[in-house]
Parts: sequence; structure tokens; C-alpha cells
Amino acid sequence: MLLDMLSAIWSQLLTLAEVLKHTFTKADTVQYPEEMPYLAPRYRGRIVLTRDPDGHERCVACNLCAVACPVDCIALQKTEDEDGRWYPEFFRINFSRCIMCGMCEEACPTYSIQLTPDFEMCEYDRQNMVYEKEHLLISGQGKYPGYSFYNVAGKSIAGKDKGEALNESPPVDVRSLLP
Amino acid sequence: MSDLVLYLLVFGTLGGAFAGAAILVWFERRLLGIWQDRLGPNRVGPLGIGLALADIIKLFAKEDWVPPFADRFVFIFAPTAIVMAMLLGFTVVPYTSELHIADLNIALLFFLGMTSLAVYSVLLGGLASNNKYALLGGLRSAAQMVSYEVFMGLSLMGVVMLSGSFSLVDIVNAQAERGWFVISQFFGFVVFLIAGIAESHRLPFDLPEAEHELVAGFHTEYSGMKFGMFMLGEYLGLILISSMITTLFFGGWLGPGFLPPIFWFFFKTFILICFFILLRAGIPRPRYDQLMSFGWKVMLPLTLINLLVTGAVELWL
Ligand code: SF4
Ligand code: SF4
Repeated sequence: MLLDMLSAIWSQLLTLAEVLKHTFTKADTVQYPEEMPYLAPRYRGRIVLTRDPDGHERCVACNLCAVACPVDCIALQKTEDEDGRWYPEFFRINFSRCIMCGMCEEACPTYSIQLTPDFEMCEYDRQNMVYEKEHLLISGQGKYPGYSFYNVAGKSIAGKDKGEALNESPPVDVRSLLP
Repeated sequence: MSDLVLYLLVFGTLGGAFAGAAILVWFERRLLGIWQDRLGPNRVGPLGIGLALADIIKLFAKEDWVPPFADRFVFIFAPTAIVMAMLLGFTVVPYTSELHIADLNIALLFFLGMTSLAVYSVLLGGLASNNKYALLGGLRSAAQMVSYEVFMGLSLMGVVMLSGSFSLVDIVNAQAERGWFVISQFFGFVVFLIAGIAESHRLPFDLPEAEHELVAGFHTEYSGMKFGMFMLGEYLGLILISSMITTLFFGGWLGPGFLPPIFWFFFKTFILICFFILLRAGIPRPRYDQLMSFGWKVMLPLTLINLLVTGAVELWL
């Protein structure tokens, strides 16, 4: 019993010595506003909508992101331009509800919606947390440069008919019997 | 000592104790930060020292609320009692051989009495709040009290035996001849240190408060300056216990002559305060039945043996 007690006391003293040693270790704190922490390129922060290499909006208003979003904070409405391209008439993300989970980015078939390493989006007015398309749309291509959905998809638009997309064979002529 | 010096000393002690307690709140958080590899509060003013002031302003500006279900008189009385008792305890602390407010011939007993009174404040605060967590906190404080008050007083009797006096000035003077009592009364020192932590309700013996299990323990229902008084009492207690340990075991104002005696007194007290904070940073809180059995089964026998041996050595050697 005495031995137990001594060893218990010894362990407490060791603890104290160990804590005391930390007087000389450097603090791990990052002093945030003065000292910016490193954010990885894949950090999930403020959401942007990107454009394809030709400068068109990538988003085709498929609604997959809105469906994938666990908190239902994406709202959009599909419309179509005279070239046959689909695009969102409005695209709205309520950032006061967004949890930056990145599900929308994973769901997006066109690499349009992307999360960026930026988290400084505080507002005094909650309404200002609702971002419309003009706030979300950027002029660049984001993380996947060179990708254009319509160039690889089978949908025909003005200037690109069926069978003219990348890696696409011309459509089969169903009226011909020749192989 | 002229009246003027005495008045100056009284107000100096009062102001110094309050300022010390306020700065200690900041200092403790900085020190804990350093030991936990953080920085601690460093935003308000240079090194964050303005936090002490900001805290006081915050406490005064908060709503001072007495819950309708509480026992109003006792609820208000409890926080004042702890500050009063602790401040009274400061009257007997000798800073140097000349500089002390009162050199009572029962100074040690007076100190023990005052610190014991402070416990009532915790108990009454817990009881008057009429809240289950506060009640549990008060209950624990009572359990804690019966387990450490016994050996707290007894642990000092060795010192009294060696110096032959209850007067703190005499005790320090005795240490000038016989060496610091921390050596000859080592067990007494350890026991008193532990009892002192328990007395001032500091971690690891902050069972009545235990914010991880009891919300805030006995002061759950307190807010504003009434809560501030409990905090003040706790930090005053910390300073008081540290200065008492300095006086009783580390030779008070004694020290190499190249610096004034008063410096040595405050320096030793400061080191002890840092040690108390180190304990807070390093040691987990025991269960209160563990504390009780530790007090009765380890500390009390240790104190009694220490007392017997000291007596025997004094008598026959
Ligand atoms: S990051 Fe998650 S929560 Fe935010 S919009 Fe995308 S799917 Fe919704
Ligand atoms: S952002 Fe992507 S997933 Fe969302 S509607 Fe547009 S294309 Fe579809």
C-alpha cells in the first residue's frame, strides 16, 4: 500500500514536471486576423459558379446540387437560351444555412459549382448571406480548366450538332440497313 | 509605528489585495495558456493585461439578479462573507519585521479561523440558491471541509512547537535561527499546502465548483458582482494561502541582503502562486469520496506522526 502511494505521488510529480516543461515550448496558436492560417486548395469554403473555357456558364441547371444539398440551401430555376443551351435563370445559395459540406460539388456533372478556400464571409445582416447568381458566378474556370460539358456531351446546341462532340461517333442512320 | 503608516498599510493591503486578485485572473489565464501551448488572452492592451480591467467592468455592468426562489438574505450575505473573511485574514500577514498591520500573539489561530469562516460562505451560497447543483456543491464543500480542516490546523502545530509562538513575526524570526521550516517541517509543509489548496477551493480540489459536472457548483445561481465576489474571494484566498506558506515555511521576508526584505516576501509568494497555478494546469480533480478518504486515511495520520516526531525531537534532542 505504501508503495502504491509513493508511486501515485511520483506520477503526480512527473505530471507537474511534464507540464512545467511546456513553459518553453512554442504555442500552437495561429493569431488569426494578423497571421493567416494555411488553407489547402481543396478547402471547402465560399461557393462559386465557374465558366467553361469559352466563357459560357458551366451550370446547366440540372438541379442535382439542389437535390444533393443536405440542408436544402440551393434554389435555382432552369431556362434555355436561343442556342439550345440550358442555364439557370436564377441561382441562389443561402449561406446562412450552408454547412460547406461539398455535396453539391460532388453531385455537379459539369464541374460548375465549386467550393473555394475562403471562409471570411461574415455579415451583420442575415439577408446579406443569401448569394444570387451575380455574386456566385466567376469569370474563370476554377479547379478544372479546359473542361466544357457541351463539348463532351451528346446534346446538340447551335454550332455543334449531334455526333460532333469529343470522342463521339456520328449518330447511326436508322433508315440505312448498311452496317 | 505611527498612525499614518498604519493607515497607509491598511489601505495598501486592501488595494494591493484587490488589484492582485484582478491581475491574477489575467495572469492565471496567461500562465495556463503557456502551459497548455496556447497564448491565453492577449488582445486587450499590452500582453492582454487590460483584460483584468475589462473583466471588472463586465462584472459590474451585468444584471445583479437574485432568483425569486432563493433565500434572499443568505443569498446576498454569502458572497460578502468570503471576501470579508479573506481580507481579515490579511491583517496578520507580516510583510517584514516592521511592516505588518497587526502582530497578534494568536495570529496563526486568527488566520485559521478566518479561512474557516470563508467556507461558510460557500456552504450558505450553495444552500441559499435553492438549486440542485448549488446544493450538491455546498454539500461537497461541507464534506471537503470536515476532511481537511482537521489536518490543516494540526499540520501547523509542528511549526508552532519549533518556534514556540503563535505570532507570525516570531515564527519568521525563529526561522532566522533554525533554518526555514520547509526543511525541518517538510511533512507539515506538504500537508498544509494540500489543505491550503482545498481551503481556497482551487483545482484540483475545486469540488464544490466542479464546472464539468455541476454547472458551476455552489455559485450556479450567482451573476454579476455577487459572482465576482466569489471569484475575488477565491483569488484572495490564493494570495493569502501563498503568503501564509511563505511566512510559515519559507522564512517570510528572510533572504539574501542585497535586496530589501519586502522583495523576498513578495517574490516567494509569487513563486508559490505560480506553483498553485501549475497544480491547476497539471492535476485532475479527484472524486470527493476519494478526497475524504485521502484526508482521513493519509493526511491525518501523516500529520499526527509528524507532530509526534517533532515533539519527541524537541523534547529529547
Ligand atoms: S456545400 Fe453542402 S450545404 Fe452548402 S450548398 Fe453545397 S451541398 Fe448545400
Ligand atoms: S451547379 Fe451543377 S449540379 Fe447544380 S444545377 Fe448547375 S450543373 Fe446542375
